[in-house]
Amino acid sequence: MLRIPCPHCGLRDYTEFQYGGDASKIRPVHTEECLAPWHDHVFLFDNPKGVHREYWQHRLGCRQWLIIDRHTATNVIEPTTRDPTNSDLMNSDLMNTGRQP
Amino acid sequence: MKAMHRSRYSALSLVRHALKEMPWRRAWRAATPQPHYDVIIVGGGGHGLATAYYLAANHGIRRVAVLEKSYIGSGNVGRNTTLVRSNYQLPGNTQFFEHSLKLWESLSHTLNYNVMLSQRGQVVLAHGPAQLDVLARKGNTMLLNGIDAELLDRGEVMRLLPYLDYSSECRFPIYGGLLQRRAGTVRHDAVAWGYARAASDLGVDIIEHCEVTGFIENQGRITGVDTTQGRIHAGRTAIAVAGHSSHLAAMAGLRLPIESHLLQAFVTEAIKPFVDHVISFGAELFYISQSDKGGLVFGGHIDGFNSYTQRGQFPKAQDVAECAVALIPSISRLRLLRHWGGIQDMTPDGSPFIGRTPLRDLYFNGGWCYQGFKATPASGWCFAHTLAHEEEHPLIRHLALDRFERHNGFDEYGLGLWPYRQ
Repeated sequence: MLRIPCPHCGLRDYTEFQYGGDASKIRPVHTEECLAPWHDHVFLFDNPKGVHREYWQHRLGCRQWLIIDRHTATNVIEPTTRDPTNSDLMNSDLMNTGRQP
Repeated sequence: MKAMHRSRYSALSLVRHALKEMPWRRAWRAATPQPHYDVIIVGGGGHGLATAYYLAANHGIRRVAVLEKSYIGSGNVGRNTTLVRSNYQLPGNTQFFEHSLKLWESLSHTLNYNVMLSQRGQVVLAHGPAQLDVLARKGNTMLLNGIDAELLDRGEVMRLLPYLDYSSECRFPIYGGLLQRRAGTVRHDAVAWGYARAASDLGVDIIEHCEVTGFIENQGRITGVDTTQGRIHAGRTAIAVAGHSSHLAAMAGLRLPIESHLLQAFVTEAIKPFVDHVISFGAELFYISQSDKGGLVFGGHIDGFNSYTQRGQFPKAQDVAECAVALIPSISRLRLLRHWGGIQDMTPDGSPFIGRTPLRDLYFNGGWCYQGFKATPASGWCFAHTLAHEEEHPLIRHLALDRFERHNGFDEYGLGLWPYRQ
């Protein structure tokens, strides 16, 4: 069973989490009017066979969103030097929704 | 390229071989790469082999190589639940999958290879009036397209499938269903072997253990591939490696609307004939049939996060087993004999991509989500047409790689933009 280190609750089974997709993408700024960067952001994926930076939400725990680096061919989660609750998330899709500049 | 003299399989040849104890000949030639081909197909799975066969058979293009990194039948064509059906609703899908089912119906004769098509019928269950309305609409769409469909009420489902749970404690009571009698199963390995043999007989080179390591690009055109068996040039190059599409496309500098996900499937120990249809649960994504050897074959959803591990997570196995027992309580004591995980392409709208790419002379076929096996003949048929005419076959125009740029997402199940939620 894949187990995910939650910064708040510790190592927990992945069934307590909801997967949230690729966290390596940078969302275009809201004033971006050209559709191409939006298309690329929403629809294109690197889909690496290797380390994948991704969102998970500890839905059945503390409900925090977190970012992990997981190897997609082994499910080994890389130790992270970042604080997963820091500004990475603040710059992300999830925190940006609906906010106008 | 010399076409091999075809030794046809027949009842007579079976008897002759049995009496003389003659060894059977190789089903397809062992080929070594030539320096140049008209078309190179990367990926010797069902779709790649079917494409090669129809290129030769329908379009007379026989200088074709199929490059397979492992052996024929080692990929998803030998790792699926073998269902074929054409009960799709969206215009485009309905016709495409019906074309596929019609090709399945004559495939054994076409290939002179018994693919063991068993049209045992598929029932999709409804667990409430709203769900039955949706199935009625789908059935009407099918009927309007000349496809067989029968709407069943609860009593009719009970007569057809008496072993399902109809008790009052049932969590998802069965309200009715939609039956397609022409749907069924096909022996999946035979599809790979049959297409490989028939394509080889027409002059196609099937090159196993030949992994593509890069594409040769020349001023925006792809003119061949580098492989573990050397450089091979081609007029046109086609990718058909679902599961690893992104990996290969990245070698050509393309990013795709595809993520790789893991789907598990299960076979129980063999029992006497019991489940004589294909049954799809309506309360969850779950489908079950019985193999010719007697094992119950079933599967469910993808694991839910991208993965190349080919090793499933146990909680998903538990979900699927719960579905099985919710639907057919009497199988609760059966043991699982085998269980495997395959890597499949998932797309943001649950539909595949076939056709041209932004690079000239590079063609793409992938993103099949749950639908790859049943689509094999029509996919090969239409992809071969596309390669031969440098223009998409009419049946696959809705499956273009750039459809999201043109706001033409094709979402059969209405699940939205997330590959991992399809």
